[in-house]
Amino acid sequence: MSSSLLLTIVLYLPLLGALALLAVPKADGVARAIGLGVSGVNFLLSLGLWAVFNPHAVGFQAQTRLAWLGGFGVTYHTGLDGISLLFVVLSTLLVPVSILAGWRIITQRVRDYMIALLLLETALVGLFSSLDLVLFYIFYEATLIPGALLIGIWGGPARVAASVRFFLFTFGGSLFMLLDVVYLWQATGTTDLPVLMGTHFAPAVQAWLFVGFVLAFGVKLPIFPLHGWLPSAYGEAPAPVTALLSGVLAKAGAYGLLRFAILLLPDAAHRFAPILIALGIVAVIYAAVIALAQTDMKQVIAWSSYSHMGIVAIGLFTLNAEGIDGALFQMLAHGIIIAGMFLALGMLALRTGTRELAGFGGAAGSMPKLALLAMLFAMAGIGLPGTGGFVGELLVIAGAIHIGFWTALLAGSGMILGAIYMLMLYWRSFFGAPRGALAGTPATSRDLAGVELAALVPLALIVLWMGVYPTSFTRVFNPRVMAFAHPEAVASIAPSAQFR
Amino acid sequence: MIYAVAILAPLLGALVAGLLGRVIGDRAAQSVSILCMAVSAACGVAVWTGAVQAGSPVGVLHLLTWISAGDFHADWVLRHDMLALEMVAMVSFISLLIHIYSIGYMSHEEWPTSRFFAYLSLFTFAMLMLVSANNLIGLFFGWEGVGLASYLLIGYWYNRPSANAAAFKAFMVNRVADLFFIVGIVLLYLVTGSVSYDRIFAAIPAHFDTVYHLFGTTLPVLEVIGVLLFIGAMGKSAQLFFHTWLPDAMEGPTPVSALIHAATMVTAGVFLLARMSPLLEFTPVTRDIVLVIGALTCFFAATVGLVQPDIKRTIAYSTCSQLGYMFVAAGAGVYQASMFHLTTHAFFKALLFLSAGSVIHAMHDEQDMFRMGGLRRAMPVTWIVMWIGSLALAGIPPFAGWWSKDAIISAAWATGTGLGHFAWALCVIVAFLTALYSGRLLFLVFHGQSRYDAAHLHPHESGPVMLGPLVILALGAAVAGWALYPWLIGPHQAAYWNGAIFNRPDHALIDHLELANPLLEWLPTVLGVLGLAVAWYAYLANPALPARLARAMPGLYRFLLHKWYFDELYDAILVRPYRALASALWHVGDEGVVGGIPRGLTALTAGGAATASRLQTGSIATYAFTMLIGLVVLISTFLLVR
Repeated sequence: MSSSLLLTIVLYLPLLGALALLAVPKADGVARAIGLGVSGVNFLLSLGLWAVFNPHAVGFQAQTRLAWLGGFGVTYHTGLDGISLLFVVLSTLLVPVSILAGWRIITQRVRDYMIALLLLETALVGLFSSLDLVLFYIFYEATLIPGALLIGIWGGPARVAASVRFFLFTFGGSLFMLLDVVYLWQATGTTDLPVLMGTHFAPAVQAWLFVGFVLAFGVKLPIFPLHGWLPSAYGEAPAPVTALLSGVLAKAGAYGLLRFAILLLPDAAHRFAPILIALGIVAVIYAAVIALAQTDMKQVIAWSSYSHMGIVAIGLFTLNAEGIDGALFQMLAHGIIIAGMFLALGMLALRTGTRELAGFGGAAGSMPKLALLAMLFAMAGIGLPGTGGFVGELLVIAGAIHIGFWTALLAGSGMILGAIYMLMLYWRSFFGAPRGALAGTPATSRDLAGVELAALVPLALIVLWMGVYPTSFTRVFNPRVMAFAHPEAVASIAPSAQFR
Repeated sequence: MIYAVAILAPLLGALVAGLLGRVIGDRAAQSVSILCMAVSAACGVAVWTGAVQAGSPVGVLHLLTWISAGDFHADWVLRHDMLALEMVAMVSFISLLIHIYSIGYMSHEEWPTSRFFAYLSLFTFAMLMLVSANNLIGLFFGWEGVGLASYLLIGYWYNRPSANAAAFKAFMVNRVADLFFIVGIVLLYLVTGSVSYDRIFAAIPAHFDTVYHLFGTTLPVLEVIGVLLFIGAMGKSAQLFFHTWLPDAMEGPTPVSALIHAATMVTAGVFLLARMSPLLEFTPVTRDIVLVIGALTCFFAATVGLVQPDIKRTIAYSTCSQLGYMFVAAGAGVYQASMFHLTTHAFFKALLFLSAGSVIHAMHDEQDMFRMGGLRRAMPVTWIVMWIGSLALAGIPPFAGWWSKDAIISAAWATGTGLGHFAWALCVIVAFLTALYSGRLLFLVFHGQSRYDAAHLHPHESGPVMLGPLVILALGAAVAGWALYPWLIGPHQAAYWNGAIFNRPDHALIDHLELANPLLEWLPTVLGVLGLAVAWYAYLANPALPARLARAMPGLYRFLLHKWYFDELYDAILVRPYRALASALWHVGDEGVVGGIPRGLTALTAGGAATASRLQTGSIATYAFTMLIGLVVLISTFLLVR
């Protein structure tokens, strides 16, 4: 089977699954089975994409190009390169994981939930594999609909407001992307990405386009101070959905920044990099400080996710190989870690009946398996070596030292601030004597069930794999990154290593 | 190959005991972890003795590619040179003894102890990875792994608030130092283009004159790196300003304290400086800083140790103080002496902590020395081994500490600089203080009248599983100095280290440790004996004296008892302001300002409420489909209208 056909199948199989769900009776069991089956098969198929991918080949692979709005320079064009491949795999992995994790959490309108998830999967795979700006825009916007619905229907008490806020913020940002798309089409007569990549734009034009893309994707990442939607959306969405929102959707923003703001507009990226790095540093520190003040354990992780996205922004805009490699790795690792963290806490909240840290404590005694897994994700979250969280952070700091001492030190400050809120969170929820909702529980009576372990254990193993042998991931995207960054990435020491 | 087994076996033990402990049962978990440790120790010691006989061959064992991105490369590689081999042998051996001892010590726990043994083995594994790394990233892996394991072990009794607080503190203090450490590593990478030892060391001399712009001025880049790495070492080795976590770390079970203070964890910083000797030899300013911080730590901790009523706290501060000695040696450029003291200290400090554990065990968790007394009759073996450990600590010949401590004090004098003589003076004073608090501990605990409630408490000697390790360690504390002296710093040192420790030929102080003046040579020893005598007078012959002194100088007494008020200071300038900042940013900054904008926007959107109500009804599929169509129409319109 050709890889192009495989990509097309991976892209549309979830959509077919969603349509099939419409056709079958509304039984929860059937819906779960179809959802899990389709997304599970799709994950395996996406591994096939990884297996046949050649990281050293120049250009895009698994390409499909069909005439579509032909007269207007717009085509249906999909394909993969080293940067996008692993995000496709990340998307197809986290959907079945979310289905498993939601087995006990999602009990209302299960069929609709599965439909929304599968639609989201197609949209995600689509946006990561689009090689046409219009197509990308459509898929990017398409994530919004199932995304907003998942928050608005299965979320917490304030879900509707959170959903609307999420929708408006992202949609508002995307309008700037739409302006960019229209301009690019007007200027060049095409929206085909490989063609545009070979086009050079005047500096002033690049600057305006850059601002548009940064506003569009900065909301999603988020870049400081475009995070107004984040606490409510992450807080209100059910845990499996939050895992997807922060695990993949936030990465779509970072991916967009790299693909369009940096690779397409390198001159503007160089010009504005210091500002973006500064905003990234602000996000790292600001979000980490606020995370400590949270009393809702899910909000702690929501803010931690924001803080870690600051590291991604810093890494991307170092514009050197270590930094971008580090940012990409951090995106992947963080996708797994934050999903694991949100899911673990969701399972904990299911047992305590509350997410308020004041309402319970001492969970380690009655839930040793959950405590172990949560400890692993927490340690990965604060970048302990041997876990996936370390590699990305290290590479970003190594990239940042090319910019200057203070950039590296401040980019790394998350190491300290992150440890503060994360250990406090763990202390207040898992350590101490059992109290509040957990007072008087018999030992191990409430530990994880098989289906929950099936969701968390694979994530835990991947986190360790990424920490011990990250080369299996970096070698996919490193050649592409090197091709972009290498000439400029030469270290210069003596002339001004100051923070600029 | 055997070397790899020595390092990886504890990991296996940790995994089996940790993941399967509840399945295979407590006994089996203990047995597996101890068996793995025994294999590790046997292999470690075998490789070390083999290397000593074969003339310290240097080599690397490539295990796996690790990080490879851009120009940044770091692999999983085990390095075996003398510095690594000696540490592997020492760490695995001491850890094995502590594992065995723990069977007895933890036998009265209500929780299953498989988790405890898993953590102990994990701790050992991390330390072995640290010392056997071939690049700084590998070292950092062990470095952070040690941090994690110590966090888990200090907080082992996680239902105790004080244990959680101590574990949190240990992790955080270390993390602060580690940030500077990692920035130092990447700066070294920026300068030399590598993180592997051999490449770094080869590139360093060429960068002696390279400058770096920082703080608006130009500094030698090697000095900047040296200071950053040293800050990392300060955290792990609990040097002044970063020492606050170490005394609190005794919240964990006593075997943990022994492991932290003797073999793993705190020795990491000393090891780092020895490992980085090819760098430090080109950073004279950094070495002066190391010297001063080491001497100050040495003095500070000894003064605090004088007044602590808690037996474990007294020993903990003595560790802090002895680490100061090791840093003085490194600062003087005699890394061999710091490694020598590290090794002898491992024996007698493990011995002291495990003996203290034996006492605490017998006294049913009583740790206040003023509620002990006269225990020598009830616990004769513990009494004797604790004497041996204390004499070694106090630097009384021929016990181990005398050999290594004297070498350090001589090294400080041999520097011939003002700072060196300042450090020497402090070290000599501390030699007296060390003997004083060691004697105080012995006389309060084992001699004199018993001050506990003898009607309800019947202290008894510990069982053989605890006494066995004590006797072996006592043997080490008695002879390790004499036995290792010729190799580690004596006539054979150059052949023994075989380049693992680098000394610039133009100031190789290691060759000038013999002092001309016999008065200087014997001064620390005389002061040590004097310290013991004073302790005897103040705590046995005339026990009312210390209390009278404390009443006479209440300010000084409280200053020492409160550990120079470091904890209070940090609480006031760091902990509270940070909490206040978090709260202020959240409530005023984010909820108020950043969050307010979108709220206004939402209110402006007239359709907001209507959209919201519609969201809850109707089929999602149709709704989603409609929106998708709408989007396509929207874009197409944009594209068509031109």
